[in-house]
Amino acid sequence: MYNAKYIVPGIVVFLILATLPFWWSSIFVAGYDSPELALPADKDQCIESAEFMKANHMQILDEWRDQVVRDGERLYTATDGKIWEMSLQNTCMDCHSNKEEFCDKCHDTTSVSPYCWECHLAPRGNEQ
Amino acid sequence: MLEKALKGSPGYWIWLLVLGGIASIGMLAYVVQLNMGLTVTGMSRDVSWGFYIAQLTYLVGVAASAVMLVLPAYFHHYKAFKKIIILGEFLAIASVAMCILFVTVDLGQPQRLFNVVLHPTPNSVLFWDMVVLNVYMFLNLFIGWVTLESERNRVAPPHWLKYFIYLSIIWAFSIHTVTAFLYAGLPGRHYWLTAIMAARFLASAFASGPAILLLLVFLLQKITEFRAGDKAINTVATIITYAMCVNIFFYLLEIFTAYYSGIPGHQHPITYLFSGLHGFDQWVPYMWVAVAGAALSLVLLIPAKIRYNHTVLPYALGLLVLATYIDKGIGLIVGGFTPTPFETVTEYVPTIPELMITVGVYAIGALILTVLWKVALEVKRDLGTIGEKPEDVEKLYVSKL
Amino acid sequence: MSKTRRDFLKIAGMSALGLGCSALPAAAADPGHAPRKAAQGPAPGTLPDNALTATHWAMVIFTRRIKGPEHFDHIINACHQYHNVPEIPGHKDEIKWIWTDSFNHTFPEKETHFLAQDLEMMDFLLLCNHCENPPCVRVCPTKATFQRDHDGIVIMDMHRCIGCRFCMAACPYGARSFNFANPRPYIDGAKLNPDYPTRMRGVVEKCNFCAERLAKGQMPACVEASEGAMLFGDLDDPNSEVRKALRENFSIRRKTTLGTQPSVYYII
Repeated sequence: MYNAKYIVPGIVVFLILATLPFWWSSIFVAGYDSPELALPADKDQCIESAEFMKANHMQILDEWRDQVVRDGERLYTATDGKIWEMSLQNTCMDCHSNKEEFCDKCHDTTSVSPYCWECHLAPRGNEQ
Repeated sequence: MLEKALKGSPGYWIWLLVLGGIASIGMLAYVVQLNMGLTVTGMSRDVSWGFYIAQLTYLVGVAASAVMLVLPAYFHHYKAFKKIIILGEFLAIASVAMCILFVTVDLGQPQRLFNVVLHPTPNSVLFWDMVVLNVYMFLNLFIGWVTLESERNRVAPPHWLKYFIYLSIIWAFSIHTVTAFLYAGLPGRHYWLTAIMAARFLASAFASGPAILLLLVFLLQKITEFRAGDKAINTVATIITYAMCVNIFFYLLEIFTAYYSGIPGHQHPITYLFSGLHGFDQWVPYMWVAVAGAALSLVLLIPAKIRYNHTVLPYALGLLVLATYIDKGIGLIVGGFTPTPFETVTEYVPTIPELMITVGVYAIGALILTVLWKVALEVKRDLGTIGEKPEDVEKLYVSKL
Repeated sequence: MSKTRRDFLKIAGMSALGLGCSALPAAAADPGHAPRKAAQGPAPGTLPDNALTATHWAMVIFTRRIKGPEHFDHIINACHQYHNVPEIPGHKDEIKWIWTDSFNHTFPEKETHFLAQDLEMMDFLLLCNHCENPPCVRVCPTKATFQRDHDGIVIMDMHRCIGCRFCMAACPYGARSFNFANPRPYIDGAKLNPDYPTRMRGVVEKCNFCAERLAKGQMPACVEASEGAMLFGDLDDPNSEVRKALRENFSIRRKTTLGTQPSVYYII
């Protein structure tokens, strides 16, 4: 091959760099620990099951914001038939009043930074 | 072909470095704007568009003007233009790239730019402006690249290319028409709400765009052995002269309608620009500079003897560019926002960060243009046609017959 | 005559479409007041039972019933505090949903040399007109500003706005404000309404006819604070308070020649 002594190492270096995010943490970073979250003390059930909420809360919030703002809909009927107001600020945060120990802890650990709170007020629980 | 941009004289590299440096300073200013918001600009609740959108408007015109070379060459087989077409097409690419950058730096939430594509809105002229500008850029890139590649390989361009060229000719008119519709369709903005806006935009574009191209060609002839040919330059100068006359005529039509009808709403913006309104007269000197520049440029352009004098021509073109830039840049924007919907006046002055970002975007445009023109010239240098004047070639061709 | 005119508009609209221009067909819309068609609106079971609904929300302002600056402040503060509207000093970056101005600035096309003395001294309330034919909605490139099919409210989706400010150039009423900077530092923390969000920098905002309060069965904050000087109701319902007020009084609207059909009426 033409210029193999440059091209082959180049490809190797590229492959190493490109795949870095996939293997770096498994070798150099200690195992992922689920953060300890501050759950609402007086409630044992979210609007849906905890498992479902862990996986889908972002989709729910995304659908809610369209339903509320664009379609003028306000109420969410949960699987168990209970009715909730579709509101991050007034429903979610009412129970999950500790943003630092609930939202932020998990978001920080997984390096996501949703900008919800640039507009939506942080839970009232934190203001005291 | 892009590798041709990688070899150049020290002067070429220093020029690129200088442009890169200016662009970096502009980007730093943009980071400040990104963090603090558009409050760092001079724009306000009343004058909600400013310098950035003014540049967009002007540069769409420069981009559209490439058609003034392409149309005579392909619809009328005007051979003298064949050599400089590629320069016009590449200037259009750099201009559209700057337009897109100017829209982006004007956004309050630039990270959401793709919402325009995610939620396409055919009733918004801005949506169409995005569509036509992007298509025009890729059309020119495609046509320019294919013709240059064919030239390098010493073959005729593929015959199907002519359909793209015809499309690009129509498209050039569309980009400036749609840009005019951004303004001309807004109720309550008297200075903009005029049916002649798109026509006026095209006239001023066909004057200012080729003028900028000719100025750059003169520069190119100074620093390289490139020769456009006197015939091509003189024909472009004639086109510029006609377009500028039409442009001024259209503007005078606006003045007639406003002042003969006596309708205050139509008069206020023009009065504000040329003599001030309610004691606000900050842009008056600029507008009169534009008037003087336009008049003087026409004095120098209309007599053929002076127009074809290549020592005087660059000055005439410089005056014309200055005049159209003031009119279509700042005059159009502040005139449109004055008076406010409450018949009051809020003045607008661009701030230092705003100017730095603007200069930065121009540096990026110049960088793109330099690289593209470098490629085009290197191809011609390899072929040995760089110093050839089209009229000599034609004479040669005729004598061979 | 009207038939040929309609045909002309049809042809003009079609050819404009053919040219890739889409702004014109909206101009061919019927300029008169036509009751809104009952659009589907929110799905059943997604609104509280006490929610206030209408097919065309509109406002009537009895300008002479507002008694002096304190009354104005009371109305404006009710809105601005409820919606966490920041108080940014100076005119340049100012944000306002409802505010006051003189007769000549509010109704510039009704300018006269000899205005009644009391009107000369009076202020008028200005807010988004929730036009039937809103230019801001027409120009928005992302549908961030849109008109609700079911009740005519012109509303903004702050999650989607890209901050291009085309709507500010298009609005002939100066009803829109842009967040040039982060608004949070300009909101008094003690007055922050925990039920309503703030905005972030780089988005446009304006009055939303209190869509969120209507859904809870409450009248708009300004109407509530106006103590009878402002009425709010369904323009399509001939028996509504607003229609009754318009039937019994002479009313004007701002810049009607532009064809936007404001839904805010002033009884002078």
